[in-house]
Parts: sequence; C-alpha cells; structure tokens
Amino acid sequence: MRKLKMNTKVRLLLIALLAATLISVTCWYISTLHIDILNPKGLIAEKEYNLLVFTTLLGFVIVIPVFILAITIAWRYREGNTKAKYTPNVSGNRIAETIWWGIPILLIAILSVVTWTSTYDLDPHKPLASDVKPITIQVVALDWKWLFIYPEQKIASVNLVQIPVDTPINFVITADAPMNSFWIPQLGGQIYAMAGMTTKLHLNATEKGDYKGSSANISGEGFSGMKFIARASSKEEFNAWVNVVKASPEHLTNAEYTALAKPSKDAPVTYYSATADDLYDTILMQYMMPHESSTEQNVSRDAHTDHSHTEGH
Amino acid sequence: MNLFANILGKLGPDALPQEMVTLGAGIGMTLGALSLVALITYLKRWTWLWKEWITSLDPKKIGIMYIIVAVFMMLRGFADVIMMRLQQALSVGESNGLFTADTFQQVFSAHGTIMIFFVAMGLMFGIINLVVPLQLGARDVAYPFLNSVSFWLFFAGMIIINLPMVLGEFSAAGWLAYPPLSEIQYSPGVGVDYWIWSLQLSGIGSLLSGINFIVTILKMRAPGMTLMKMPVFSWSVLISMIMVIFAFPILTVTLTLLYLDRTMGMHFFTADGGGNMMMYVNLIWAWGHPEVYILVIPAFGIFSEVVATFSRKRLFGYKSMIYAMSAIAFLSFIVWLHHFFTMGAGASVNAFFGIMTMIIGIPTGVKIFNWLFTMFRGRIKFNSPMIWFMGFVFLFTLGGMTGVMLAVPGIDYQVHNSLFLVAHFHTMIISGVVFGFFAGLTYWFPKVFGFTLHEGLGKTAAWLWSIGFVVAFGPLFILGLMGATRRLDHYEDTGWQTLFIIAGVGVMIIGLGIVCQLLQLFISIRRRKQNLDTTGDPWNGRTLEWSTPSPAPFYNYAVMPTVTERDPFWEDKQAGKTTRPVKYTDIHMPKNTGAGIIIAGFSFLVGFAAVWHIPWLATIGVIGAIVMTIIRLTDDNTEYTISAVELAKLDQAIHSKGQPV
Repeated sequence: MRKLKMNTKVRLLLIALLAATLISVTCWYISTLHIDILNPKGLIAEKEYNLLVFTTLLGFVIVIPVFILAITIAWRYREGNTKAKYTPNVSGNRIAETIWWGIPILLIAILSVVTWTSTYDLDPHKPLASDVKPITIQVVALDWKWLFIYPEQKIASVNLVQIPVDTPINFVITADAPMNSFWIPQLGGQIYAMAGMTTKLHLNATEKGDYKGSSANISGEGFSGMKFIARASSKEEFNAWVNVVKASPEHLTNAEYTALAKPSKDAPVTYYSATADDLYDTILMQYMMPHESSTEQNVSRDAHTDHSHTEGH
Repeated sequence: MNLFANILGKLGPDALPQEMVTLGAGIGMTLGALSLVALITYLKRWTWLWKEWITSLDPKKIGIMYIIVAVFMMLRGFADVIMMRLQQALSVGESNGLFTADTFQQVFSAHGTIMIFFVAMGLMFGIINLVVPLQLGARDVAYPFLNSVSFWLFFAGMIIINLPMVLGEFSAAGWLAYPPLSEIQYSPGVGVDYWIWSLQLSGIGSLLSGINFIVTILKMRAPGMTLMKMPVFSWSVLISMIMVIFAFPILTVTLTLLYLDRTMGMHFFTADGGGNMMMYVNLIWAWGHPEVYILVIPAFGIFSEVVATFSRKRLFGYKSMIYAMSAIAFLSFIVWLHHFFTMGAGASVNAFFGIMTMIIGIPTGVKIFNWLFTMFRGRIKFNSPMIWFMGFVFLFTLGGMTGVMLAVPGIDYQVHNSLFLVAHFHTMIISGVVFGFFAGLTYWFPKVFGFTLHEGLGKTAAWLWSIGFVVAFGPLFILGLMGATRRLDHYEDTGWQTLFIIAGVGVMIIGLGIVCQLLQLFISIRRRKQNLDTTGDPWNGRTLEWSTPSPAPFYNYAVMPTVTERDPFWEDKQAGKTTRPVKYTDIHMPKNTGAGIIIAGFSFLVGFAAVWHIPWLATIGVIGAIVMTIIRLTDDNTEYTISAVELAKLDQAIHSKGQPV
C-alpha cells in the first residue's frame, strides 16, 4: 500500500515537472517572437494594449479558481476515493449559488464600466486631441492594393503610407472594391473600408519605424497580397518624403485612377506627384449615381463634393 | 450552343473540374458514390434500405441517419482542414504552397459552412431525434412525417454543397459570404449560388425541425412530467428550438435577397444602386449569433445529464441551469453587432453590444460552477463522456475568457478578423459543441444500438482531441496577436511559419483522435457481444430513457411511464421500485412513407436549377414538391395500430432475451 502511494506521488511529481518544462519552453519560445499587438508604437495601440492586459488579468480572476476547483474536485471525488464525502441528494444551495451568480456579476460590472469609457475613448471616429496640426490621409481599398491620397500635399501613393511621429493622423477610408478592413496592428485597431461610404480612423504613431499594414477582411483572390507599409518618421523625414513623391513623373489623373482600380495582385509601391481634384469624393460618389456598374464606368469629373450623407453609419 | 444554354442554363462542359485538386476530389467523390451504389446492389440491400431507413419515420432511425451524414461531413470538413494547414505551413515568402488562392478560398468557405450546417447541426438534430422522445417518455415526435421532410431537406442541402467538387465551383467568399464580394460583380461563378441553395434547403429543414420539437416537448411529455420536472437535456432542446424558429427565418430571407441581387439585378446589398452591404452583415449575424447558441445550448444539456449521471448525484442548481440557459438564449439575440464592431458604428452602439455580450459570460459561468458542484461530494466515474466534459471545462473557460476580451470593442478593433478570433470561436465550438455531442453520442449509444462503445479508445480520443486542440489553436492565438489575419493563402512574414507548422502538428494529433473514434466504432461493432447492454441502464442513469430496454424498441415504451420526480428512474431505483404494473393497451404508430424523400428530391431539383439557371427544371421541382405535399396531406391512412396482445408479445420477447426490468 505504501509503495503504491509512493508511486502515485512520484508519478504526480513527474507529471508536474513535465508540465512545468512544457510551460516554460512555451513561454521562452513566445518571448522570442515579435508580437505586434504586444509591442504598440502608437497612442491608440498603447491604450488598446493596456485594455487587453487589464481584461486578461480580470479574466484570470475567474479562470484560475475554476481550473483549481475543477482539478481538486475531480481528484477528490473520484470513484476510487471512498473516504470522500458523498451526498447524492444535494441538489442546490442558495448561498453557494448566490456567490457564483454574484462574483461574475461583480466582475462584469467592473468590466462594463471600463468598456463604456474605453469605447468612447477609443472610438475610431473621434479626432485625437493634440497641439500638433493633424494630417488627413484619404485611404481607398482597391482590388487588391491600398491607395493613399494626401489631399493637403496633393500627392498619392500605393501600398506605402508615410506619416510623421507624434502627429494625429486622420484616416478617411473608403473602398472601390469589396469590403476590406484597414489595419496597422502596431499603431491601432482596424476599421472596415466600404464602397460608397466613408469610415474614419484616428491614429498617432509615437515611435519611428516601419509597421505592417494589411486588409483584415477577405476581398477576393488577391486579398492575401493586400499589404502595405506604414512608415512613421520624423517631421523632417516626412517632409523630405513628400518632396520625393512630388518629384515622381506619375500623375494620378482620373484616367490613371481607372487603370489603377483594375484588379491587380501584389502591386508595387508607387508614388504620384499630383492627383485629380477631389479624387476621393469622385471615387465615393460613383456609387451614388443612379447607375451602371461602377468598375466599367469612367469616373465622373464633376462629382458632388458634399459627402455629409455618405458617412458610414 | 444557344439551344444548349436554353435547356441547361449556365451548365456546360466547362463546369467540369479544371484543376488537379478539384479533379482529384471530384473523381474520388464520384468513385465513392458509385462503389457505395455497387455495394448496396451487390448485397441486395436496396429494398431493405428503402423500407427500413429511407421511408422510416422512427425518430431513432432518422437520428442515426443525421449522425451518419454528419460523420461523413466531418471527415470532408477535416480534409479541408488538412489542406488549409498544409497551405499555410508552406506558402510563405517565395513559395506559393500547394493551392491557388481561389482553391484555398473555396476550401475554407466550404470548411466553415460544412462544419456548422452539416456537422454541428447534423449531430445536434441527430442526438435530439435519438434522445428527446425517449427522455420525455413519448413514443414519437409530434409530427413524424415533418421530421422525415426535415432530414431529407438537410440531406438535399448536403448533396448541393458537395456537388461543386464535380460540377462548377464553390463559393470563395467565406462561410458567411459578405457582399459586395458575394455579389455577381465580384463572384460571377455559381459558387455563391451553391452556397445559398445548400443553406436554403438545410435551413428550412432546421426550421421545420424546430417547430416539430417545440410541439413535441410541450405536448408529448409523460403524465406527471411538468416542465420543472423535465430532464435538463430536453429543456436545453426546447430553448434551442425556440431560438431556431426565431433565427432561421432571418437566414432564409437574407439568402433569398442575396440570390435576387445576384440573378435579378436587384440592389438589396450591392455597393451601388442604393443597396446596403451593412444590412446584410446585420441580418446574417442576427441569425448567425443565435445559431452558435442554438448549437451550444443542447451541448450544455448533454453535459448536465452526463455530469449528474457519472457523479451519481443530483444536478446542482437545476432551476439555476434552466434560468441560465434561458438568459443566454435571450441575450444571444441582442449581441449580434459584436461581430462587426469595426464596421464604424458609434461608441454608444458598440459599448452597448459589448456589454450585452459580456453579460452572457455571467450565466455561462454559473453553469460551469453548477457542474463542478454537481461533482462536489459525488462519486465520479471517469468514463469517456466525463473525459470529454473535463476537456470542455478547461478549454471552454479559456475560450470564454477570450470571448469576454473580444467583447470589449477597444480590444476587438485590434484582434477582429485575425487568427486570434479564429482560435477563439474554434475553442467555443469545438470544446463546447463538438465535445458535448461526442459525450452525448458515447452516452446514449447503448440506448440506441444495444451495446456500449469501447471505453479505452473513447478516452484516448478525448485526450488526443483536447491535447491536439491546444497545439492546433494555441499558435493561432499568438499569430493573431502578431497581426496575422484569417484566410491568408500566402504570407511574407517568415516569423509566422513555425507557428503555422506547430498548428499543423496539432491538427495531426486531432486527426489521430478521429482515427481512434473510427477505430472505436469499428471495434465496438465487432465486439458488440462482449459489450451488450442487457439491462437497458449501463451507466446507472437517472432519467426515463434508461428505464426502457436497449436498444429501445421502435415504440420506445411498451407501457407509458408516469413521472412524479425530477430524476424519475433514479428515484425509482433508490426506492426499489424496479417493476411497474404492466397493463398493455393498443398503440398507434406512424406508417412509413416515401413522401419525405420525394419532397426533398423535388426541392433539390429547385436548388440545382436555381444554381444553374434552368427555369424548366425549377418549375418541375416546385410543382412536384407542392403536389407531393398535397398528396401526403390528403392521405388519412397514415397510422397503424399495434394491438395490446401484439405489444405484449413484442415486449415479452425483448424481456425474455435480456433481463427482466
């Protein structure tokens, strides 16, 4: 009997050791990875990261006791353990049940308050408060590339968006393609890009660097290649970049846009030193016209500039 | 050519498979179907198949057919998984993997659709059919013929979703086919139409089943079984079926509107012409979110039965459990927007739906505690259903935690549409729904077939599934946080590859689990003599179904049971009341009918014709289905009587074989 007990103990110890080894190897491996969302480089991403950590910790308050309870109860009341108490006719306990209706209610109440305030705080439509003058960038999801128009600088680029650090960026987003989702994980969360509608995303990079951007919503065959670089640089480097773009021989005229909007995969980074007037509004308004399939139609020149009724919600 | 188009619509020689992968799958499927037909012919089993199965209205047989279809579809869906994992393990940087983007997108679209509609729903309706009438002490469902129609519509939908392997192509727009991608401009092929009509037929089948089981549960309970004495599984089915009748009409309408957009040039969901794609996204999730709970609530019911039985203790907090399930059901209808926090709704709307979503965590948490406290001071036998349950407790709790995280809009903005999300909902559906149904199948198998399943292989399968799950989906949580979106047929970031390969290893472990289950079935059938359930009560059960012999006779109960307690059979055993006064009376049973499969056959023609734009065939289908329905409904001679004398003979024959009750 004693020998058997020793064996069980040794076996349990071995299992615990094995589990500990597995967990530490996994943790070590994870620590070697570059995990974008856990390495925020923007104001919004930082807040979203904090929210993620807070919620995870709050979740552990429930998860860990459940795990401990599950293991101990399963072990203690196994059939073989005849010493354990057995009360086959107990079918409830008001106090106990009140406790476990109560604890989750309390935790969810706390999280609800956090959710309410954070949702307002992180509303993608909300402009970021800052002393620095914001930059507006119009984003168009195309089949299958991203077009960035800088209306103030009158330039445009494909699959690369450069921004100065510590400057609020107002992304104004639409699509001339199926539904996409505009996402730069290290700078902040995503928002859908939808044809005929404008959605907005306000981000602010706090550190220089190249960050991965992609479409998070399937949009057809070339969807996997819909990636772009979000390059956060100093104000000076940004201005220098604007000048480089302005030196490009390419002009994004309406005709050029129509060609660009045709489906193509893995499009290279392209700069346009000039854009047609109100190009973004023109793209948006094609879907408001009484008709004909938008992709074949030539982009209309004198589109309305008023897009108050085209907001995404 | 013109004539050809007039007769066959869009169907032409180019509909045949063009690519190696689809060609292989198509040939494989055709050969499989042909050899099945040949085998049945060789064994001269056609009449038997028709009389005993196809035309049967016995819910136990219909349940078995649901489960057989679901098992085959699980293998198909799992084959899709293997293809996806192979592609994502290989397709990095310079390499483009094994499949084209289009094939890969068809594969994951098919995977999601098949696993939800034909595996999870199939297993659910299968188990409901097997168990609910028995558990209620009823001989049948309320509308036995409607039940047959439901099953065959489900079957027709299953055929339609598998046809793209030999004819045309499947949808490449994901399992919910968001417009405008699923509109005719961006998906001009027949793939989306296949998707629409497969779901349309099986969805109508589900709706009819929903009505059937609500009426069955409300009207056909044994005398004395008040609602608050009804077994928890039946309660869970009642709640789930009420959700079905609220949710499924939304699906039917949404699919119809999408089809009108695609074929008639309408503009419900198009980007232009005044259409609104956001309306589709809202509608599809107004069905889609409740759908998840439609699946998981019966699984909760199964776990409640399993835990109480194997802990040999009353269920802790029966009323709490019912209130919790009802609360979950109600809340599940007001959280649909959490599937698209990123669509641009205002902060108040997002916050409201986020908070509603996390509130679902409360009743769900209560259920977990109640199960654990059912085990507390019990005498737990760790049979394989309990191993599935333990796997469920750990994984589902973690999944629930990630669910609450996703319910916070600020976090969802970051991980929405990423592999984190994919890992989250697989945690909920696999550990909740699939483990639940596996536990239920193992638990009720002897009641239906008369012998128990091999325990060792069952336990091994449960362990392999649980471990494989962690290995397969753990990496996806991390990949999601690394910025990997779902549905990528190719990626540049080589740092992701190792994790994708580990996920592939996890899939192999789950695959071993599935092999164990198939082996378990095979070995159990071969050694059934050793595992016969002679008592009708192999697990020391608590509810009525264990009081009738195994396999349950086609009339379920020779003498209708009466109920005075919540766990009637357990209480009877405790009180030593193992024999009941036997007084046979005449009983009425439904006659077999082929009308169910004929109506579904015509409906299939409608679906097929709608996919390929063949008006004359659609007309034949519609008229045929209506005429057959009228014929059946005007037939008054649909029942037959078993006299008390015959019944006594049948009953005594069963008892003399086994042991006295």
